[in-house]
Amino acid sequence: MPQDLSSLGKITKEVCYATDSSGKYVKELSSGWDVKIKALDVAWEDIEDRKIKAKQQVLNNTASPLLFFMEYRLMDISLVADYTGFWKWQIKRHLKPEVFEKLSQKKLQKYAEAFNVKVDELKTMNVHED
Amino acid sequence: MCMKIDFEHLQSAHCESGVTSSLLRQSSANKITEPLAFGIGAGLFFAYIPFIKINNGPAIAFRTFPGYIFKRTCKSLGIPVVRKKFSSKQEAETFLLQCLDEGHPVGCQVGVYYLSYFPREYRFHFNAHNLIVFGKEDDNYLISDPIMETSTTLTSYELERVRFAKGALAPRGQLYYPKSEVTITDDQIRKAIKNGIKKNVNLMLGIPGSFAGVKGIKYAGEKIKKWRDKLGLQKAGLYLAQLVRMQEEIGTGGGGFRYIYAAFLQEADAYLPGNQLAEISVMFTKAGDLWRTAAVQAAGIYKGRIGSQEDFNLMGDYLSEIAELEKNAFTALKNIKWQ
Repeated sequence: MPQDLSSLGKITKEVCYATDSSGKYVKELSSGWDVKIKALDVAWEDIEDRKIKAKQQVLNNTASPLLFFMEYRLMDISLVADYTGFWKWQIKRHLKPEVFEKLSQKKLQKYAEAFNVKVDELKTMNVHED
Repeated sequence: MCMKIDFEHLQSAHCESGVTSSLLRQSSANKITEPLAFGIGAGLFFAYIPFIKINNGPAIAFRTFPGYIFKRTCKSLGIPVVRKKFSSKQEAETFLLQCLDEGHPVGCQVGVYYLSYFPREYRFHFNAHNLIVFGKEDDNYLISDPIMETSTTLTSYELERVRFAKGALAPRGQLYYPKSEVTITDDQIRKAIKNGIKKNVNLMLGIPGSFAGVKGIKYAGEKIKKWRDKLGLQKAGLYLAQLVRMQEEIGTGGGGFRYIYAAFLQEADAYLPGNQLAEISVMFTKAGDLWRTAAVQAAGIYKGRIGSQEDFNLMGDYLSEIAELEKNAFTALKNIKWQ
């Protein structure tokens, strides 16, 4: 039974099924396994990369801040559509900086709620991790 | 306000079979363990759907569709079930409070992205997590989440947010519980075990198409061999990491649920001796071990330690070998003449 400390392992140990010396299955607790800890790290490194690239695109004025927040909240367009009630084609338009800049306060508020941030954070991309 | 149902938290490997086992504890006098719920509910599966992406990676499943285990287990055991979805958040909470008031601990489907007691690293937009609500103290709901060591709490706002998470498999406030306390007999358990095995055999051997069942495992192995050229080393590594997460991450019990299934067959053998179930259980343990060997190979690739085409070929070959092994194991289950 591997016992490598994962980020979950700091909070709870997880149940695994394993055989004892007589071959009988028992429930055992594991605090993690190096192979899967690394798998999760790889996934988050990729998310970080995407966030950095998205932020740069926003700073270069080739995408609106929505792109950054979609990467930040791990959301794709259809998930954003589900949370905001906008159509996907509308969101694609709002991803253009010139269109985003003209969005009404009401629409911005919807995005802010979907990304769980404040409207002014939506514009500055300054967010506080929660 | 204070409402608390007498309820003992039980930690499990997998959320839905854990919730099922916990909700049936009283009816079954502790007999429906997590592995029994998983096996009776025909929980074991494999699917790789190449044209769907999840979190920018491959869509891979090692278990059956969410909700299936609770539904099938209760049906097989002849237990009537209450299951409800809601369009209104208000109604969803009112109904939940009413259930608690009547003394029912209630299973809830939730999304994990805003599940506050989960570590941030585990919070993806995954909407098929399950937990039990068993009371309320002031604004805090008492929560028994099967993957946590102890019971925990969520504020009414936090619970509402996870019950109404959006996206694929959106829970829409779904809750469920056994309608009435019925006594489960050993005969019913025996019948349900046979039923569950038959259903799982059909799923793994009989499902049409090349993406699912044991054929799906072989198919995934063939595809993986092509990932290096098709995706490039970095993205292929990312894809393999996703495979390993689906297989080993919290909630699987290890080895892509194969160990839980092996534990189920071992427990089933005690109910139905003379049917070789213990021997077949060993085959699933081997399958679980081989899934883990494949995971170590995959980790070599996404850690950047190895990465040649031969390394991908070996990875693909492991999956072919697993497909063969599981095909034999399920065929053995299919051919049982019940004693």
